[in-house]
Amino acid sequence: MTLPAVQVHRPDSVRDALALLASKPNARVLAGGTDIVPNLKYGMYQTEHLVALRGLSKELRYVRKDGAELRLGALCTIDQLSKDDSTIENLPALADACAQIAGPQLRRMGTLGGNLCLDTRCVYINQSHFWRSALGFCLKKDGTACHVVAQGKRCVAAASNDTAPVLLALGASVRIVGPRGERVVPLADFYLHDGVHNTVLEPDELLVEAIVPAPAVRMKQAFFKLRTRAAIDFPALNLAVALSVEADLVTAVRLCVSAIAARPALISRLDDLIGKPADVRLAEELGRRAQKQCKPLTNIGVDPSYRREILPVLVRRTVLRALGA
Amino acid sequence: MTRARIHQGGDIGARFPKVDGAGKADGSGVYADDIAFPRMLHAKILRSPHAHARILAIDVSAAERYPGVVATLVGAEMPAKYGVIPWTHDEQALATDHVRFVGDEVACVAALDERTAEEALRLIRVEYQPLPALLSAEEALAHPEIKVNEKAKVGNITKQVKLEFGPVDEAIASAAGMAREKYSYAGSTHAPIEPHCAVARVDGDGNLTVWSSTQIPHYVHRELSRVLGLLPAKVRVIQPLLGGAFGGKSDPFSLEFCVAKLALKTGRPVKILFTREEVFYAHRGRHPMEMDLTVALDAKGRISAVDNRILIDGGAYASFGMITAYYAGQLLTGPYRFGTYRFDSKRMYTNKPPCGPKRGHGSVQPRFAFEVALDEAAEKLGLDPIEVRRRNFIGEDVQTVNGQRITSNGFLKCLDLVEQASGWKDRHGKLGPGRGLGVAGSMYISGTAYPVYPNEMPQSGVVVKLDRSGRVAVFSGASDIGQGVNTLLCQIACEELGCDPREVTVVAADTDLTPVDMGAYSSRVTFMNGLAAREACEKLAQKLKAAASTKVGDDVELELGTVRGPRGSISFTEACQLAEAVEGAPLVATGGYRTQKLGGDYRGGTIGASPAYSFTAHVAEVEVDEETGIWKVTRIWAAHDCGKALNPTLVEGQIEGSVYMGAAEAQMEEMVYGPQGLLFGPSLLDYRIPTSLDTPMIDALIVESHDPNGPYGAKEAGEGPLHPAIPAIANAIYDACGIRIRELPFYPQRVLRLLKERAQRGERRTA
Repeated sequence: MTLPAVQVHRPDSVRDALALLASKPNARVLAGGTDIVPNLKYGMYQTEHLVALRGLSKELRYVRKDGAELRLGALCTIDQLSKDDSTIENLPALADACAQIAGPQLRRMGTLGGNLCLDTRCVYINQSHFWRSALGFCLKKDGTACHVVAQGKRCVAAASNDTAPVLLALGASVRIVGPRGERVVPLADFYLHDGVHNTVLEPDELLVEAIVPAPAVRMKQAFFKLRTRAAIDFPALNLAVALSVEADLVTAVRLCVSAIAARPALISRLDDLIGKPADVRLAEELGRRAQKQCKPLTNIGVDPSYRREILPVLVRRTVLRALGA
Repeated sequence: MTRARIHQGGDIGARFPKVDGAGKADGSGVYADDIAFPRMLHAKILRSPHAHARILAIDVSAAERYPGVVATLVGAEMPAKYGVIPWTHDEQALATDHVRFVGDEVACVAALDERTAEEALRLIRVEYQPLPALLSAEEALAHPEIKVNEKAKVGNITKQVKLEFGPVDEAIASAAGMAREKYSYAGSTHAPIEPHCAVARVDGDGNLTVWSSTQIPHYVHRELSRVLGLLPAKVRVIQPLLGGAFGGKSDPFSLEFCVAKLALKTGRPVKILFTREEVFYAHRGRHPMEMDLTVALDAKGRISAVDNRILIDGGAYASFGMITAYYAGQLLTGPYRFGTYRFDSKRMYTNKPPCGPKRGHGSVQPRFAFEVALDEAAEKLGLDPIEVRRRNFIGEDVQTVNGQRITSNGFLKCLDLVEQASGWKDRHGKLGPGRGLGVAGSMYISGTAYPVYPNEMPQSGVVVKLDRSGRVAVFSGASDIGQGVNTLLCQIACEELGCDPREVTVVAADTDLTPVDMGAYSSRVTFMNGLAAREACEKLAQKLKAAASTKVGDDVELELGTVRGPRGSISFTEACQLAEAVEGAPLVATGGYRTQKLGGDYRGGTIGASPAYSFTAHVAEVEVDEETGIWKVTRIWAAHDCGKALNPTLVEGQIEGSVYMGAAEAQMEEMVYGPQGLLFGPSLLDYRIPTSLDTPMIDALIVESHDPNGPYGAKEAGEGPLHPAIPAIANAIYDACGIRIRELPFYPQRVLRLLKERAQRGERRTA
């Protein structure tokens, strides 16, 4: 399978990269290339220009403590974050998630920014042009029908990035720069319910950094990835939980379940759990709520009813692991 | 495991490194895709987007005009049908009027580069009339009026085999313990890391050479000649270094015909390299099978009856399917004695990529069902799983119920080894909830006695040449597909001639230069090609000894580059010079493997008849998470009777690879199709093969039974050791949590469903 003809541009600063993105319509960003290259071969994008970001590594590859906040440059590699001392110490769930992405070679190429902006995945879209033509295409690209939800009008391709649920549970934000200036967007507002394009990032913008707020560093946290094989596999379910506990009582809790639909979902309406004991009953209650709110689909090639069935068990175990129980 | 001790010499039994190992590791090895010529064109094949359709028209004119395109090709230019089995020629290189699965080949474009060829494919207009598609063996049986492949005489049946040995029903009626269940085996594929690739070139005299990643140069040679209408003498097939095959490169494939025809048309070299997706469509993998199996034991725990009804999903073409229908029944009759036996197997044509021979061809699926059923029946009599297998051991120098001759048989030793190594007596049934051990055994062929096409010529040939330089050249038709036959040829030369292994050249699998060998399938190569090589080398050794005796005296010994006698020693090279002088002509000798008459005296009795059978026993250990159904096989002890380990390192490699592949099918491998007959995820991301992290610790244990017929006592080691892995895992899951899983793969959701059913029945785990 060959790559379509594309011109690769290699800026060496964020400023030049933004200028290129502004001047080349339909240009796409290439960081580690682990997602976009196979997708280009599959004919998933119409583009003649790639803006390669390797030259921005000096600017965007860092893990920095800024006051109480932790700032992670978008070009940190996944491998780096899985091994970085400060990440392991302060954000163990993130280091854990990074260690479970793909395999060693891909982790050395893939970046945090790339993972946060990973295109949504579906068994009906991540296929060759021939395969999709035999299918009759789908509404994410070249077609009108959804093969996951009958008569579905909105693409439900699944968020499959492993870093997003952790950073969501930790209450992180992302810094975005573009021709209209700079903005900081909470991750909770960054992702959209649209599998065609599931972020608020505009084509001429760059995600340059993830910002983890100070309290997150002290939160009890854990990540779990359900997958068929132990490496080189996208998630069948992704769980991340972060809790603050004082005197054995919960003072804050966020639970994210992903690899369900286009948007990594923070489980909502958990306020009534504040003040409850941080114990196995809490873990079970979070499992029940997650199951209620999550409806896995056939967008991923692992039986959706099974994924839903075991979700409470996985949540309970992940919460207990976070609590150190 | 023991670390390989690198033997100084390369003689038989040495842990000698592979002769092609360094080139594979450092990148200098030449695979088909490494071959390139000036002016070479790249071609791509257009495939059917329909699972079943008539072709009404094909228009390649727009593709032909596309800048960079040099030639196009359609089926009408080479319409002859072909296939490995002479009675089931049912494939065309490119379909002329009928496509039978999504991915079936329709047209081809040769261009200056691959991308141009790919782009031009989209300009080809094909008018299809879609037909109803039959996507399972049951559907194919239910709809004989829809014809998937005209080659089927009745409905969609490629081949039906019904054989009965003894009064099965009587034995079942008087059984003391019995299992009668349905077993379901999902289809899987080989997933060799090297995709299929072929390059063709035509010289000024019209001689065609095709380099292909095939494991059967001889059949490619035959079929190219037939389909292209060229004399066999005008066609040369060369197999370069191969990056895995496992049975998936045993058929002639469309790409070989396409590059050859395009090279003839354009006068330019042409290459096709399949994408990973195309490898999945080429398939020829494990057949899905539905089995209704009964295993009956008498009061003493002896197998009194085995009755199996097997429905086989064959896909769109026959491939080796006629043999598959036989193997599914014929290869089950050891290592245990069957009182009576009956099977009825039907291989169906369906609108899916064609199935074929995958490592353990035809027999892995029934073996799974049988070994699980044997445990189920034995449990009813309160028999330990290893004990029931011992009690039914068929023995050595015996005939099976279906008339196969078994010579050496080290199965009991295999059972002993895995029993001890796994700590079976102290651990089976005693590991506590969620952990368990399971055992299984199996038998496999060392080649089939009869060639695929009837003929009186040798099935394998070797020519060995010595000359005054002291260099030994072995010319062999056999295909090294990673199993290491080229290394074994080198070792046989060292063993017989006493030469230095670094001074042996192996020239292999080149139809112009090497004698014919039938190909690398049925685990025949080491056995048959090894015997041929030994015969040739022995003849030359006699000449060397006779010539050397004039210098060193009688009673000459040939050993690692030195020729010794009572009166002193000379170098191997000097001995070659003496012998060449005596000969007055080049020193050459030949050896061949001749077909022996074997097998039962009934129609089909020769299929599955092998000059020697290998035997295997496995114990698997598993852990099951009863809340989620997620399980892991943590360790497999695999003991294999290979007769004689000509190279223990290679035998261990074959055992490990086999165990891996078997465990993979138990864990996760399945060809999954959507309702339109589209194969889900024809990629190595979606078709998951286990990584090293998913692979159990493997203890490869070698048993040597010294077969009287094999080369130096050797039997096969490449396929047999796969079989027990799957039922051993199933039986271990039973030991761990009391569920019988009868459907592959053992997906966690299936395990969890069975656990919940067990809980609903209120059953508790025994032991």
